[in-house]
Amino acid sequence: MSVLPDGYEMVIGLEVHTHLKTDSKLFSPAPVRYGEEPNHSVHPIDLALPGVLPVLNERVVELAIRLGLAIHATVNTTSIFARKNYFYPDLPKGYQISQFEEPVVSEGWLDIEVEPENGAVASGKGKKKKKKGAAPELERKRIGITRAHIEEDAGKSIHDAAIAGSDDSCIDLNRAGVPLLEIVSEPDLRSAQEATAYLRSLRSILRYIGVSDADMEKGQFRCDANVSIRETGAEFGTRTEIKNLNSFTHVEDAIEVEAVRQLDLIEDGGDVVQATMGYDPERRRTSVQRLKENSDDYRYFPDPDLIPLRIDPATIEAVREALPELPEEKRTRFESEYALSAYDAGVLTASRATADFFEETARICGAPKSAANWITRDVLRELKERECELEELALTPEALGGMISLIEEGRLTANSAAQIFPDLVSDGGDPEAMMVERGLEAVSDAGAIDVFVDEVIAANPDVVQQVRDGDNKPLNFLMGQVMKASQGKAEPGQVRKALAEKIRG
Amino acid sequence: MGRAEDLLATGLADQRAGLDRGDVVSTELVEASLARIEAFADLSAVVSTRADGARAEAEAAAERIAAGQARSALDGVPILLKDNIVQRGEPATCASRILENFVSPYDATVTEKLRAAGAIVVGRTNMDEFAMGSSTEHSVYGAARNPWDRDRICGGSSGGSAAAVAAGLVSVALGSDTGGSIRQPASHCGVVGLKPTYGRVSRWGLVAFASSLDQIGPFGRSVADCAAMLEVIAGHDARDSTSIPEEVPRWTEALDGDIGGLTIGLPEEYFVEEGVEPGVLARVREAIGEIESAGAKTVPVSLPHTEHAIATYYLIATAEASSNLARFDGVRYGHRADRPDDLQDLYTRSRSEGFGAEVKRRILLGTYVLSAGYYDAYYGKAQRVRTLIRRDFERAFEACDLIVTPTAPETAFARGAKSDDPLSMYLSDIYTTSVNLAGLPGLSMPCGLSEGLSEGMPVGLQLIGKPLDEATILRVGDAFERRTDHHSLRPPEAG
Repeated sequence: MSVLPDGYEMVIGLEVHTHLKTDSKLFSPAPVRYGEEPNHSVHPIDLALPGVLPVLNERVVELAIRLGLAIHATVNTTSIFARKNYFYPDLPKGYQISQFEEPVVSEGWLDIEVEPENGAVASGKGKKKKKKGAAPELERKRIGITRAHIEEDAGKSIHDAAIAGSDDSCIDLNRAGVPLLEIVSEPDLRSAQEATAYLRSLRSILRYIGVSDADMEKGQFRCDANVSIRETGAEFGTRTEIKNLNSFTHVEDAIEVEAVRQLDLIEDGGDVVQATMGYDPERRRTSVQRLKENSDDYRYFPDPDLIPLRIDPATIEAVREALPELPEEKRTRFESEYALSAYDAGVLTASRATADFFEETARICGAPKSAANWITRDVLRELKERECELEELALTPEALGGMISLIEEGRLTANSAAQIFPDLVSDGGDPEAMMVERGLEAVSDAGAIDVFVDEVIAANPDVVQQVRDGDNKPLNFLMGQVMKASQGKAEPGQVRKALAEKIRG
Repeated sequence: MGRAEDLLATGLADQRAGLDRGDVVSTELVEASLARIEAFADLSAVVSTRADGARAEAEAAAERIAAGQARSALDGVPILLKDNIVQRGEPATCASRILENFVSPYDATVTEKLRAAGAIVVGRTNMDEFAMGSSTEHSVYGAARNPWDRDRICGGSSGGSAAAVAAGLVSVALGSDTGGSIRQPASHCGVVGLKPTYGRVSRWGLVAFASSLDQIGPFGRSVADCAAMLEVIAGHDARDSTSIPEEVPRWTEALDGDIGGLTIGLPEEYFVEEGVEPGVLARVREAIGEIESAGAKTVPVSLPHTEHAIATYYLIATAEASSNLARFDGVRYGHRADRPDDLQDLYTRSRSEGFGAEVKRRILLGTYVLSAGYYDAYYGKAQRVRTLIRRDFERAFEACDLIVTPTAPETAFARGAKSDDPLSMYLSDIYTTSVNLAGLPGLSMPCGLSEGLSEGMPVGLQLIGKPLDEATILRVGDAFERRTDHHSLRPPEAG
């Protein structure tokens, strides 16, 4: 639900900086490592020593092509590296090598799912519990991507006295020269929720195609948001740019806070002034860092140390051939191939790891619907509780698939499965061996089940009479009693059948 | 003068023969070179020496050579590097205060190649600060002097290398040429200097002035020696993206004196009476006559955009320089202002104190040229004119195999004569800058001493080749040397 009153809307465009997944830096052979001792991943090129020259990392080009293809964009066969000149201590050369007039990727798009404009229910960021299998009514919206270009990251200035050891500032150049793609969207987003939906979709694509780990906590995926407001459908208003948003929550909050700030200004008869803003998440406030009219003149010009980047169309085709299935394609395929609901397919394809896990599990147990249920319900719940990634669980598709097979074969009841599942998650192991070892194999022997059923009927004559009088409700109670007597091992179908036969005669 | 000193003053072939025969050992050559550097300290040609390292290397070379395992024509031979070409463990100041204490932790590609060939770097030569100048007067070490006349400049910016070769401190040295910085001092000092095709020699380890124009090249006492040096330093280098992936020809083997059938273009715009010292023009015309008599014929050609070359050059070179020199900020290395108040003060004072007047002038010019609102009018237009200048040469080369011109419009001028007049200083590169803008190879070689105004000062002849065709200008230059003895003239005071 918009924070703006009816008749107003936000106009948002996003600039995303994402670190590319390469072994070495954009223009130097220094390794890209996170959490390294300061200034230990540097080469004379990163230090901008006198006489050094940049050499383009070819891997970066391949990753840029991958992104371009994944967002349905034009991969330009010629692009130009330019120098963006400004002085800052963590920018060793005194200029950043970027692409300016001719980027490697231009004019693409991606689809996001948004709540319909006149949605009856404001679901408020998924607070509403989604029923399993019930697809929420979402609409697709296409977001234009203006361009994506290759550039190098700067180092880090550390002003923290605790780290610097004094009032001095320190500089860590480990990050200087790490390859980035800057991905610039069109101003097509109309709410903070759309903005984060776009970011999630983009991040998912980047991870799927192996272009970036896009880990926001490691600073691998950073966002600047251009925000303006206007009367719905009117001309664009004056925009401000909120810099360096490093979590989805911050993006969403900062955009809303900024939109409200602009609204207040306008309603008070003032004007929004073009500016670069900072966002303080603690105080939930945006504030002006620099007015655009005072903006630096970066004196861009083509870098004479680098030749134009020329990409052979055959290379683009080769990358296209090798491009993995994208989230959108996978989702459509899951719906048709495995007869999954749109919702389940969406959840399972949200990350490539989950999708791969599902497909392997489904292949092993031959029961895709059950596999989908276990993963969307139980596995994801475990991830949420443990706050970890799928890869960190001991659970394998072999174990989960094996367990589901046992259930499908009637050898393991859901009750018993619930007893071994947490251990499979924590420690792994063979579900069949576990079942046998713990004596959890389902009781499906008619004679054994009859014994439990007879016991329960004998112990509950009143309830039995109710059923005989035509009230079926207490049957479930009796079921439960039998299951309890069998310690959950009796095969529920057979119990139900035996009860019905013995009570009704 | 001892045997070793004589050899320094002659050339590589004699040194090689002497070393290989055992008439002289490389330790003697290195000692002789160090002694002459000391004796000619008044030239301010050499700004630092590495005596210990050079002596140790000379001993190793002597052993190799005695064992008959000389690595190349340069094995055991003392050489000098211009102070903007880095060597591991050695200073590289670019004659600037801002790099006063800088020691390079790595080798330039050319340094690596020369050392692998057995050449022994004995020291580093004076230059105009960051290669910005045409006189080697803009140096933190003081102005270098011309060994032919110490009251005159030796040209620049590679003036130290030119003066050192002319005075026989070494027989070969490296310089760099952005707008004439090898050829013009070679001309003024009466030695041979070669600027190779842009991209022929790796720029890795050359402290950048203007990246799209800079090129490292050799100085020598003969064309053959420059060819030998070029064979060692040329070649594709993956560390320089602008390096050309071309095989390195054996230029020395093609110097057979035969230039019959070659056509020499004489650009009418370069042979104008006004602006050229008559004594220079006379020597150049004689030289052309000599080349004709060796079997080449001459044709007039036109380079119509020549008049815009200097302006174009100063727009492009300063723009690139303003960005290239931004790294000298007092943060990581080099001169840092004492106790700065804040970051702005650190930048402002470190750079104000560290750079000389000419460097500041060019940084300001270049910053202006790239500024928003001026970019198209200056930098953009200069790039377009650069293309026209390149096309001028392409068209001219349809009618000829090489182009011959004076190297400089005059002989070495008096010290201080142009210090207060930067524009007139800039014009001393009028014949050389076009060659850098077009990325072509250019050679300057002595063609006699002038008469009249500057009697007895060397005059240089410039030979300009097609892209990657160093072979033709080297062959013609060598043929000219075979028929004349201008290259063996020595400065009277050089002993």
